[in-house]
This record gives sequence, C-alpha cells and structure tokens, in this order.
Amino acid sequence: MIEENVSLPRIHYLNSHYGWKSWLFTTDHKRIGLLYMVSITLMFFLGGFFALLIRLELLTPQADLFTADTYNKFFTLHGVILIFFFLVPSIPATLGNFLIPLMIGAKDVAFPKLNLLSWYIFVIGSLFTLWVVAVGGIDTGWTFYTPYSTTFANTHVIAATLGVFFTGFSSILTGLNFIVTIHKMRAPGLTWFRLPLFIWSMYATSIIQVLATPVLGITMVLVAAERFAKVGIFDPALGGDPVLFQHMFWFYSHPAVYIMILPSLGVVSELISAFTWKRVFGYKFVAVSSLMIAIFSFIVWGHHMYVSSMSIYAGMLFSILSYLVAVPSAVKVFNWTATLYKGSISYDTPMLYALGFIGLFTIGGLTGLFLASMGLDRHLHDTYFVIAHFHLIMVGGAVMGYFGGLHYWWPKMFGRMYPEWWGRLSALILFVGFNLSFFPMFIIGYLGMPRRYHVYAPEFQVLNVMSTAGSSILGVGYLLPLVYFIWSLRYGKVASNPWRAKGLEWETTSPPPPENFLEQPIVTEEAYNYPTRPAQPAKPTGKLTGGLHPSPATATGREAQVV
Amino acid sequence: MSNAHSHVAHHFYTIEQQKESATIGMWLFLATEILLFGALFTAYAVYRYKFSEAFMVASSRMDWKMGALNTLFLIISSGTMVFAVSSAEKGRRGGLLGYLAATGFFGTLFLVVKYFEYKHHYLDHDIPGLNFQWTGAPELANGAKMFFFLYFFMTGLHALHMAVGLGLLIWIFITAYQGKYSPEYYNPVEMFGLYWHFVDLVWIFLFPLLYLLGAHLPPGSSGHH
Repeated sequence: MIEENVSLPRIHYLNSHYGWKSWLFTTDHKRIGLLYMVSITLMFFLGGFFALLIRLELLTPQADLFTADTYNKFFTLHGVILIFFFLVPSIPATLGNFLIPLMIGAKDVAFPKLNLLSWYIFVIGSLFTLWVVAVGGIDTGWTFYTPYSTTFANTHVIAATLGVFFTGFSSILTGLNFIVTIHKMRAPGLTWFRLPLFIWSMYATSIIQVLATPVLGITMVLVAAERFAKVGIFDPALGGDPVLFQHMFWFYSHPAVYIMILPSLGVVSELISAFTWKRVFGYKFVAVSSLMIAIFSFIVWGHHMYVSSMSIYAGMLFSILSYLVAVPSAVKVFNWTATLYKGSISYDTPMLYALGFIGLFTIGGLTGLFLASMGLDRHLHDTYFVIAHFHLIMVGGAVMGYFGGLHYWWPKMFGRMYPEWWGRLSALILFVGFNLSFFPMFIIGYLGMPRRYHVYAPEFQVLNVMSTAGSSILGVGYLLPLVYFIWSLRYGKVASNPWRAKGLEWETTSPPPPENFLEQPIVTEEAYNYPTRPAQPAKPTGKLTGGLHPSPATATGREAQVV
Repeated sequence: MSNAHSHVAHHFYTIEQQKESATIGMWLFLATEILLFGALFTAYAVYRYKFSEAFMVASSRMDWKMGALNTLFLIISSGTMVFAVSSAEKGRRGGLLGYLAATGFFGTLFLVVKYFEYKHHYLDHDIPGLNFQWTGAPELANGAKMFFFLYFFMTGLHALHMAVGLGLLIWIFITAYQGKYSPEYYNPVEMFGLYWHFVDLVWIFLFPLLYLLGAHLPPGSSGHH
C-alpha cells in the first residue's frame, strides 16, 4: 500500500538532537526503545548462532563436531541468551517503550530516567553474559538446576547468574514504569476500556515482571552464594533441598513464559484489527483475558515439576490450574477468529505474521495441555516434545508477534516503509522454516528422544535432518529482515500511516516529534473505531489520499470484497 | 503555587499527576521488595520445618538483647520519620531537619549494633563459608549451618537496605537544608518515609524468626551462651 504526498516531518525525535551523547543520555522513551532494539538484536543473533550450532551437531546420530561438554555449553548459552536477554525484554522494552506513551497520548513514560537506567542495567547484565561466552561458557542448562549448578558444574555459573540477576532488575524497572505510566499518564478521555489491547497486554505483562522477577533475582543470588560459600542451601548432601530451588525458579520462570507471550498477544490484537479494518470482536473479553492469564500464571509453576519429588496432590492441583490457562488463551484465539469473519482482510506482511501466529500459538498452546496432564507428562518430560511445544510458543508465538509488530510500526518509528515484497517473502520463509524445524520434534519427542544430548539413536536421523534443514531456512528468514530493515532506513518509501490504522499512535507524525504530540490529545472514541460496515477504497489497487482519516467521499463500498 | 509548579517534570501536566505517579511507583517497588524478601522467608519456613530442633538451638546462640535493642532503635526511627514527613507537610523546615537527623541517628545506631553482633559471630565461628564450626550436637550441624546462612543472608540483605536508606536520608537532608521542600512539594520526603518504614517492618519479622526461637527449647538445653 502506498500513500501519496507524504513527506517526513521537519523535526522529529530522530533528528532533534545529534551525537552519541544524545543517545546514551537520552530520556526519550522512543530513543530508549531503539537502544533496546539494537541491544537485543545483537543478543538475538548470538543466541540464534548457538541454535544453528546445536542443529548442526544433531545432523547425524553420532558426535561429529563437538564434545558433550561443548554441546552442553551451546544449548545453555542458547537458552540463557535468548530467554533472558532477548525474549523477556523483546516486545516490552522495544515496542512497549516506543508505543505505550504514544498509544495513551502521553509525552513520555512516568519515570524517564528510570527507563534509561533500566537499559544500562540490561547492558551490564548482557556484559556479564558476553563475558561468560568469551571465557568458556556455562553448561547447566538455562534452568540452572541445583545441585549440579551449585556443586558440580565447573563452568562460569556465578557470572551467568549475576547476569540474569541484573537483566531481571532491568525488567522490574521497565514493568514498574509501565504500570505507573498506564495508570497516570493517559490522555483525557482515554478510559480503561478505550485503551488499545496492546496496552492491556503490556499492563498484564508488567504485573508479572514486577511480582515474579524479584524471586528469580534472589534465587540467582542464592545459587551464586551457595557456589561461593558451599553452605548447602540447595545441596542435599548438606541437608539442602534442590526441589526448593525448582519451586523458586519456576515461580518466576513459568510466569516469565507469559512475560514473553502476552506482549505478542497484544501485538496480534492490534494487527488483526488494523488489517481487517474492524473493531476486535469481544474487546472487553480480550482485554480481561490478558489479566486472567497474568493471574493464572502465578499458580501453575508446579507443572514443570511432576517428576521431581513434589507431592502428587500438589501435582494434581497444579495440573487443574494449568488447564485453566487454556480458557483465557482460547478466548483470545476465538475472538481474533471472529474478528476475521466478514472483515476486509489485507495480507500485508504484518498480517501474515499475525495469521501465522494464530495457528502456531494454537498448536503450541494445545500441546501445552498434553504436558499439563500428569500421566502424559511422565512420558513426554525432558523429551523433544517439550522442546517443540515451547518453541512454538516462544518462537512461533513471541518472535512472530515481535516481527509482525516491527513491520507494522516500522513506518511509525522511522517514517519509512520496508520493502513489502521482501517482507512477505521473509514472512513466508520464516513460517516454512519454522514448521520444518519444530514439527519433527513433536514426533521424535513422542517417540522418546530426550533433550540435551548430542548423540541419539539412528532411527531418529531423518526427522533430525528435516529439523536442521528447517533451522537453516529459519536463519535466512531472520537475516532477510535485518538486511531490508537497515536498507529501508535510508531508501524506504516515505510513509506516515500506510495502513490507515486507528489509534492515537497514528494521530501524530511519523516519526513522532520529541514529545510525541504537539498538543495534548483528547480522546473521544473507543479504540478501533472503524466503520461498522467496512467502507474503504479497494486494496491494493486503491490509492489513499494520505490523510489520517480517510474521508468517506473517497471510500467505496466494500461489500463485494467482504471475505 | 509557582514554587510547586517549578517541581513538575516536563512530561507531567500537573503536580498531582506527578505525585500520584511517584506514590504508585514507590508502592510497586515495595511490592517487589516483599517478593524479594518473601522468597527468603519461604526458604526459611522450609528449613525451619525440616530442621526445627537445630534452628531452636542455633537461635539460642543469638544475643536476643542486642536484637531487641535494635528493634527498639528502628521503631523509634520509624516514629521520628513520621514526624519528619509531618513537619515537611506543615512546612516546618527546622522540624524536618531535626527529625531527619534523629531518624538517621537511630538508623546508624542499628548498624553499629549489627556490626558488633556480626563481629561476635565471627569470633564464635558462626559464619558459614568463612569459619563455621559447630560445637553442639553433631546431628544438628547441617541445620545449624543452614540457620546461620539464612541469618546472615537475610539480616545482611536487610542491613544493605538500611545502608541504602541512610544514603538516601543524607540526600533528603541536604535537599531539605537547601529549602527544596514546601507544603506544596514534599513528595521525596514522603516516598523516602515509605521506604524507611518498609525496611523497619522487615526487621520486625526478622527479629522473632531469628532471635527468639531458643525460647521454645526446654530449660537447660540451649547453646553455649
């Protein structure tokens, strides 16, 4: 879609100040969002690189490239980097930072200096992790299970846990900032049920960040202290309880799954609405379902521990509660589907990601129910079935949502469009590569191949080769956007609101001015106030008039094209 | 109100908005602190249940009089902090400075007493990871070590919060001395008060859990004190 007569605004947040100091000492939420984006992109490709090494080793059943110890380090670094240094900050710290004040009509987040501080703390945590990578790695798995991590591992556990501690602290500050921002910085007239669903998701995410992360932080310090002082807090030989570690670890790390997926759920709600040009069906249910997911997320952690020594009755309770999470998740999927119904759908790149997300999230979620049932989990625990399940949620869900959001808001951030054809191609490549990588894992996992081994039984080889082939396609799918996004910064077509989307963030210029709006916006309508019967120029042949509000005079009836 | 207006940061529209934001932010921060200490209290509960006798015997090696004295210091400092906030609210600069100084004085006394306690434990070989030696019944050794580890970890984390609090207090005192606060704008004083009360409150839980377990022992079976 191309807008005509659009030019970049004369002054915007990118050109209002120059020089490295204007970036490293900025308190502008938009610039901090971009600082985060650059940092997590580096971590993303580093973590992805370890994933490719893992897949390369698994091409054949025997050990070809790496020893068992090296392989252990690779899957640990893959997990630690991509979970704590990419997925947890991904959407909140980049899109969330950039968009929340814009979407609620504020000049900035409530605590701009704290926002910058959180980025610096994130960088300190990242440096710890990069140091660990440089000096020889860590081999405990991303879960740091005791007593292996505290007593037996000879790798750099203390530095790695401190890195996680720091990045957790940064995550807390981001979440705290967002909650206060959403409570106190909304423009006049922007009531709670007029908020975009992305804001609801970010609010729910922030609650988890604020309430769960401190427990992980102190647990990481305890692991470091145990290694340092050998006091036995998690060491059964000295009377300590390793299962206590698992409880404390999963008290954060299960809710953390929702820190990673909830923002994507919010992005997808925005995308579905914008590209069906319709109000999200069941808006209130979708909004409240985010909060329900956040609340449930705190009482299901035990489903990671069915095969620990945890009581079977506790397990039954956790199992039932885990099933409950499916309800708000399904509310979202059904309401998105209902939004698609009779919407005027356009298949631009962000929408391709959104549609891919819905399918993969559904499968990922449903296979989660397999794992939530105690009996079946005995069979599937620690197999590739688990790997496939959570990669569908984390990569097929969280990363797809992140990429969809990046494409959708790219013109908002930089005032320029990425090349649409390349965008669609890479979305397609990602989808194919993703499915080829991870669907075979469901099968090999169900057949019994355990996770975290660098050698395996020969009968699993065909499926493993498929998976490795898929991961190389996936790699191409991630590199393409990196290239064309950078390209578009200079050569992309100038764009202001190419989607003619509703929402406060589109009411200001693209890129926005330093304080977002020239005057304080007043909100008089609900989110997604699209015409009840879709009326817009035919896409993609219709040319827009370039305004933020398409005038009814230029709109043509869409009944003939209703899907 | 012109004085108050100058304290509104550029991204807020009114001083009320700024004040309410800070208040919610501080309460959220205290919620994270509760979870931070909460994880440790959970670990304490698990191990106290598992090693109930060892915890009682090890706790009897605490000097409960020093702990009680420190509890008293912190309660007094919380009281003076209340008066400091109240003075700020009423625009009484002298009262604000005096009560802040008193709060800082009792907070410092707490850390001084804590220092002597830690020194005493060091001389008694009570510090796990450094010089821990258990002279009591051998079957209680693991539990006692766990007790002392939790004791040092929890009171250490608390003392760290006290030290941070004293640092903040100095900053509040200097800005108060410079006359930055008025009945229209004294939010930093109030926010610091919330933090100070919270840190005191943590101690109110730590004191009985760590110092007073020995009272449950039958007479004559306490540790070596």
